[in-house]
Amino acid sequence: MALYSEKVMDHFLHPRNVGVLDDANGIGEVGNAKCGDIMKIYLKITGEQGSETVEDVRFETFGCGSAIASSSMATELIKGKPLSEALQLTNRAVTEALDGLPAHKLHCSVLAEEAIKAAVKDYYDRNGIAYDPEQFREASCAHCHGGE
Amino acid sequence: MIYADNAATTKMSKTAIAAMLPYLDGDFGNASSLYGFGQRAKEALENARQTVADCLHADVKGIYFTGGGSEADNQALESAAMIGARKGKKHIVSTKFEHHAILHKLDQLKSRGYEVTLVDVHEDGIVRPEEIAAAIREDTCLVTVMFANNEIGTIQPIAEIGAICRERGVLFHTDAVQAAGHIEIDVEAMNIDMLSLSGHKFHGPKGIGVLYAKKGIRLENIIYGGAQERGKRAGTENIPAIVGLATALSENIAHMQENTEKLTHLRDKLIAGLSEIPHSILNGDAVRRLPSNVHFCFEGIEGESLLLLLDAHGICASSGSACTSGSLDPSHVMLAIGRPHEIAHGSLRLSLGEDFTEEMAEEVIASVKEVVSYLRGMSPVWRNLCEGKTQFLLK
Repeated sequence: MALYSEKVMDHFLHPRNVGVLDDANGIGEVGNAKCGDIMKIYLKITGEQGSETVEDVRFETFGCGSAIASSSMATELIKGKPLSEALQLTNRAVTEALDGLPAHKLHCSVLAEEAIKAAVKDYYDRNGIAYDPEQFREASCAHCHGGE
Repeated sequence: MIYADNAATTKMSKTAIAAMLPYLDGDFGNASSLYGFGQRAKEALENARQTVADCLHADVKGIYFTGGGSEADNQALESAAMIGARKGKKHIVSTKFEHHAILHKLDQLKSRGYEVTLVDVHEDGIVRPEEIAAAIREDTCLVTVMFANNEIGTIQPIAEIGAICRERGVLFHTDAVQAAGHIEIDVEAMNIDMLSLSGHKFHGPKGIGVLYAKKGIRLENIIYGGAQERGKRAGTENIPAIVGLATALSENIAHMQENTEKLTHLRDKLIAGLSEIPHSILNGDAVRRLPSNVHFCFEGIEGESLLLLLDAHGICASSGSACTSGSLDPSHVMLAIGRPHEIAHGSLRLSLGEDFTEEMAEEVIASVKEVVSYLRGMSPVWRNLCEGKTQFLLK
């Protein structure tokens, strides 16, 4: 049996939306190099406040195969979607869309969820939009590894 | 497929398989049985023991077959610890980059009241004999230092350490799992009191190993039961595996010189080629290393994704990154030679077999260059380094 599902390998070997968005208006970065994974999400958000859309998205990831695949899948799941939906994206949804991840790799999907949230928070901060801080818990290694 | 993970395990030797077959298909007797059929197994067992003894320049009475290298390591340490305890000596000297079969057994001994000193292995991955000498105390019962490191392949000054231990009257064990069959071992000349090796690292079968213990060393059992292996390792002898181990070891040693010359050339070609990758570093001394071992760190990337992409290029290799081990920390060997976590995650080990070729070396160099560059292209760490937001740690 392979370490990863075919979906994971597909998104790892052929990552979608990889790179930088020059006109991004929300950028989030989570993880740290010491732990071995960093994810950076670039969002281009358009539309009226309250009914924005994720018009485009890119990612850059330093990390293992599942970190790259999780980033790729997460960007696919939010691209073109209403911002409110993007904010609802859970690590479970990322994992399910990838047909599962090994137990010790689940934190990679958590990182993807948190990177998107961090990018949305950055968009809110840039535009002076009020939000509930509880919705944007800081990502930390203790968080991504601690719950395993 | 290019198999460059021979430090993990090796392809079985055809000669060893041929030598094993009669004991799998036909001569299935139990070496403990009285009748002639069983005695044929006994004869094969003792011939194999003599072959292994000859390969190590050891007394045949000191050769014990075990279930593998880890078991041999455990039994050696347990035995030395109990010998020490009887004399009131409960201090052990070892190194920071031993295999986990040693380090985790040392942890267990610590929980039983033993003190352990782990000496530094320095950036070049070589233990300094004078630091071993300085670490030995009045109550030291054992020094255990690996012959060659399993990740970075550095060869330790075993004869010098052996001489120090002999002079100070301390037992000396070496985990020779990576060395046996690949570099010269002479337990007499090197003053080695105990040594562990494993069959599958030199084209023998898995699940079989050897513990050598010099005459006069009282071994403790790890497995209790029947009187096999002079009462020191219970369980019906695995004759096919024992015959396979002995055959593979003697075959490897017979071709050691030519293999060393060939592999050293290919190793150095790989090192030269991979050194062209900017912001990379060779881990371990460039010369005092196994002829088969190439080990690099590449800044800005993570090792598991590197391995998966190399696999997609048909290359089997290994890494000391945390993600490949299921643990959170990168390899203790990388940390022991002073690599920071962020560098240690991006490591690559290539361990060559005797059938490695010039063409394979060229293909590996090209693939690693391509894959490293591809992964750096999507790494935010690499971008920050290139944009000067963070400082490069490697030249």
